[in-house]
Amino acid sequence: MIGVISYFVFFATVASILAIAVLGLNLQWGNTGLFNGGVVAFFGAGGYATLILGGTQQADHLGGYDLPYLLALAGGAAIAGLLAWVVGVLTLRLRHDYLAIATFGVAVTFESVMRNAEWLAGGAKGVRGFERPFREALGDGFSYNILFLCFVLLVGAAVYVFLERLIRSPFGRLLRAIREDEVAARSLGKFPDRVRLTAFVAGAVIMGVSGGLYATFYAFISPQDVLPILTFQIWAMLIVGGAGNNRGAILGAFLIWGGWTASGWALSRFAPVDVQLYTGTLQFILIGFIIVGMLMWRPQGLLPERLVVSHSGARNKHQQGRKE
Amino acid sequence: MIQSLLDGVLVGAILSLGAIGLTMAMHILRFANFSHAELLSIGAYAALVFDGLFAALFPLLSEAIGPLSLTWALAAAIIVSMAITAISAILIDRVVFRRVRALGGELSMVFASFGVALVIRNFISLIFGLKTQLYSEDIVFAVILSQDPLLLVKPDQVFALIAALIIMLALHLFLSRTTLGYALRAVAENPTLAEVNGINLKRMIAVVWTIGGGLAAFAGVSYGLTNQISPVIGRDLVLPIFAATIVGGIGSVYGAVLGGFMVGIAANLALVVLPSGYSPAVPFLIIILVLLVRPNGLFGEARA
Repeated sequence: MIGVISYFVFFATVASILAIAVLGLNLQWGNTGLFNGGVVAFFGAGGYATLILGGTQQADHLGGYDLPYLLALAGGAAIAGLLAWVVGVLTLRLRHDYLAIATFGVAVTFESVMRNAEWLAGGAKGVRGFERPFREALGDGFSYNILFLCFVLLVGAAVYVFLERLIRSPFGRLLRAIREDEVAARSLGKFPDRVRLTAFVAGAVIMGVSGGLYATFYAFISPQDVLPILTFQIWAMLIVGGAGNNRGAILGAFLIWGGWTASGWALSRFAPVDVQLYTGTLQFILIGFIIVGMLMWRPQGLLPERLVVSHSGARNKHQQGRKE
Repeated sequence: MIQSLLDGVLVGAILSLGAIGLTMAMHILRFANFSHAELLSIGAYAALVFDGLFAALFPLLSEAIGPLSLTWALAAAIIVSMAITAISAILIDRVVFRRVRALGGELSMVFASFGVALVIRNFISLIFGLKTQLYSEDIVFAVILSQDPLLLVKPDQVFALIAALIIMLALHLFLSRTTLGYALRAVAENPTLAEVNGINLKRMIAVVWTIGGGLAAFAGVSYGLTNQISPVIGRDLVLPIFAATIVGGIGSVYGAVLGGFMVGIAANLALVVLPSGYSPAVPFLIIILVLLVRPNGLFGEARA
């Protein structure tokens, strides 16, 4: 029994961490219409930077700053944001497929640098030597995992509330206005490029937090954690859940991560040995089919974006929204 | 150094062929197709299958042509593979992209193209295995062009380069001298105006995929012939091909040709300075450089 609960805690922790990244993507894609082809780079930047900033002295690569945990996590998020800012400044004023190509390139480059630059982050060996906060008091066992899950849920809830308030704020309306009709927004004296850059960086910061939590959970990160498939998984989560809907993003994260782990378990349990070699291949096909299938048959996702009608009369809001 | 330059030209020809199809599709259908590089894989594997088939049916064909490792069977298989890849490209468009196009925006197409790429690449791994393969097990020795500096070139590479140049010339003649080529350029300029003038848009889209698929298949076989065939050809070439289209300017066929050679050469020269582990990152650096200096590429025009 305790085994099942302990596994459930483990699963919920990873799924919640990924859900935070999906929320970040939802701000970029769902609310602003920005295509991020390199989610994993911002996730990875947050993860690596958190471990390097908060870790102990390492012999052969950067590290040993021993920052307090929350500061390290914030630092990781900031590094992810910085990376997004550089990419955004270069590409956001150009035609929009440039952003798709450039962000995809960032992810490829990030993985290749992490794999090769041993002086920076240990190369293929990854970053170790991170002391998880409160580990001395709680040990590595079940109670630690419960505490960490609570922390992840707390961060996730904070991100959710922040985003929900953001999209209901004037800034959120501005994001949707730019997504729907850039020229109209510009004619009202808004600066679409600047607003898009803000949304892109903010989304990347959220992905950085998610990466930081992920790296903390394992107290280890390596190039194997920043493979392109993670980007596709996070997309599938958002597309299945419903782009533009934060609850959908969370639902999608749990559904896809559940499907991913369940399919991996089923294949390792029931498939013949020579098929097991192709477990990853089969799972990748599954993710590909989910992305394509959703776009073909239910592009709005399971929980579609709720249309917000921006009338000042708050009482009518609900009814009008339903009518549309 | 000169060797890298030479290798760069040979890789460049392959990238050019991929980039031509990509830039045409990007211009007419207005989306960045991340599954284009998978057409190279389809082409490489289709040729592998038919090479084996032809060699088994007509043993005479398994003779190598001159100094090449290319056999007559493979030469015939290339033609079949170009047709198969063109048909696959049209089918993918009919089944997936057309529907996504109707339902969502351009960026939904980009998402869908990633999904398509993932499915194609992994289906190929499933069918042909994760291992790398070769068209011919015979070892063809490189020819020494000069002793000092040492310059080596494989006959297959020369064949791939010359054939690529001939194909590009044929495409140039097609686009500039035939009515169909004119129609295609009209659609690229302004689809609505072209339709008003009686050009069948659906047919033109099919033509674009045919050209794109055919060129990609040839590029894929050339890559397999000069390197090796593996299911990750598409994954490894997608970014260099995109870099070539961006260097040339999205929508410009001649830009794509030039961009392909420039990216091929630059990527090979970069490896003189950088450790080879960084090679996947080089196309990205080229893209960033172009975006800084000339955001619309060499021949591209600004378009929102």
